Amino acid sequence: MAEPILLRNVGVPDSHTIEVYMQRGGYQALPKALKEYEPAALVDLVKRSGLRGRGGAGFPAGVKWSFLPKGVYPRYLVCNADEGEPGTFKDRVLIEHDPHGLIEGIIISCYACEVNTAFIYIRGEYEFGARRLEQAVQEAYAHGFLGKNILGSGFNLDLIVHRGAGAYICGEETGLLTSLEGDRGHPKLKPPFPASEGLYRKPTVINNVETLFNVPFIVERGAEWYTSMGTEKSPGLKLFCISGHVNKPGVYELPLATPLRTLIYDYAGGPLEGKPIKAIIPGGSSTPMITPENLDVPLDYESLAAIGTMLGSGAVIVIGEGTCIVRTVERLAEFYRHESCGKCIPCREGTDWLYKILHRIEHGAGREEDLPLLLDICSNIGGKSFCPLGDAALGPVRSSIAHFRDEYLQHIRDKRCPYQD
Amino acid sequence: MRREVHVLSDKVKSEIQQLKARYPHPNSALLPALALAQKEHGWLSPEVLEEVAEVMELSPAQVGSVASFYTMFNRRPVGKYLIQVCTNVACSLLGAEHLVEHLKQKLGIGVGETTPDGRFTLLEVECLGSCGTAPVMQINDTYYENLTAEKVDQILAELRSR
Repeated sequence: MAEPILLRNVGVPDSHTIEVYMQRGGYQALPKALKEYEPAALVDLVKRSGLRGRGGAGFPAGVKWSFLPKGVYPRYLVCNADEGEPGTFKDRVLIEHDPHGLIEGIIISCYACEVNTAFIYIRGEYEFGARRLEQAVQEAYAHGFLGKNILGSGFNLDLIVHRGAGAYICGEETGLLTSLEGDRGHPKLKPPFPASEGLYRKPTVINNVETLFNVPFIVERGAEWYTSMGTEKSPGLKLFCISGHVNKPGVYELPLATPLRTLIYDYAGGPLEGKPIKAIIPGGSSTPMITPENLDVPLDYESLAAIGTMLGSGAVIVIGEGTCIVRTVERLAEFYRHESCGKCIPCREGTDWLYKILHRIEHGAGREEDLPLLLDICSNIGGKSFCPLGDAALGPVRSSIAHFRDEYLQHIRDKRCPYQD
Repeated sequence: MRREVHVLSDKVKSEIQQLKARYPHPNSALLPALALAQKEHGWLSPEVLEEVAEVMELSPAQVGSVASFYTMFNRRPVGKYLIQVCTNVACSLLGAEHLVEHLKQKLGIGVGETTPDGRFTLLEVECLGSCGTAPVMQINDTYYENLTAEKVDQILAELRSR
């Protein structure tokens, strides 16, 4: 395994404290950024690094920053630490073990974007992580890294840790903003995009934890260092979470384009109990599942898109032989039904309908016409729901029917789940 | 006639006022305000919601609407220990449903119910973001990871002894 960069402080005793963070070289990029760069030059640096958003969409971070309208203030930065996508737990590791790494990334990013008030929206369940963040923010204030006139630069920044309260939709950027404004986390229509009209209708940058965490390293080591890893279109290192039927689930830091097989076998210790792999969900629960024929796919945005799936948040879920695919997809459909915010009909009604059909197939009451019906409902949700949650619900359904149609038909014809005793 | 309610402590009311001043817009303090109120009372009764609305200077309908949207806000009383078992995909693949059945049997209650002594409430929840250490449950603010039936028994025994 190469030298860890993003995970360098994970496992180090008291890594969450400012003393240990600074002993290990932390808060070195901040003075460099403030002294050596004008804000626009920092935006350009991040653009040249090719850093892509690590929340799932993969949009270039520097380009996103450059969309902020010139001369409009105040403007805000919101760190998306909601992390609700099933299979994903990388941000939690960074927050709990290296909160100052995130805070330093936020401060530098705010300087680049000329932001004086920033927020970390952290999912409510992450009580431990939120407490560590709040403590770290206090430490950063006490050391003059937050507040007025940071390190004598004239730059001011306030950082507020804001806890969510258990709603997956608040990971969607406009839902997050609505929630932060004190309302139900309903998504907003785009355009206007948050960069021009976001929090409190002011220009707002929203970035994932891992995205912001990369920024100090890019400042310290340069854009060329960053582009030397990964591929031309997917540069840098990525945190991959792996879970399910593997021997060593966890978070692994690898260059983008590392083969899926390498992650599963060399890092995660191979399939649990040596059972053959039946399916893999490669980028969080919403990404279409693939089969072991694709084990050599490089884990980058383009290569996964080429085989009909997505890198997403980099959360790999391994499903071993002996697992009922219909049951697994039914459970995921139950999740999306539960988490649909209810704002738009295609998502609210469609996800509920998908779940009910999958439930009856799994429990022996399926009908032959259920498969075309499921696909038809998918077509009536896809691209027609208000926000991406509707589309997210379709990945498991469509891909499982494409790869495991016979298993669905077996449930329907035998009027029972073949995996139930 | 408006009903007088005095359910939030002065301390919590003061903390909510401080929260309101902390944000660029005071409405942003609503979620943390509800969290504070719940921490004090264990759940958000209509009376508590009404008083939060008063301190927040929002309508009770708006506060009720927000409280009902988020799953972490309890709209009815819960036990001293709120047991939330994740049964989403990674936990499910590693046997979370069996743990739920085990807990139901050990506690003598169904999902969504509270033991007659008021100590334990059992819930199934969506992904807790702990998939690498599945199966997992959250009891109040604490995560319990890499669970087995034996570990669950130990945890219950420890909580019962408190």
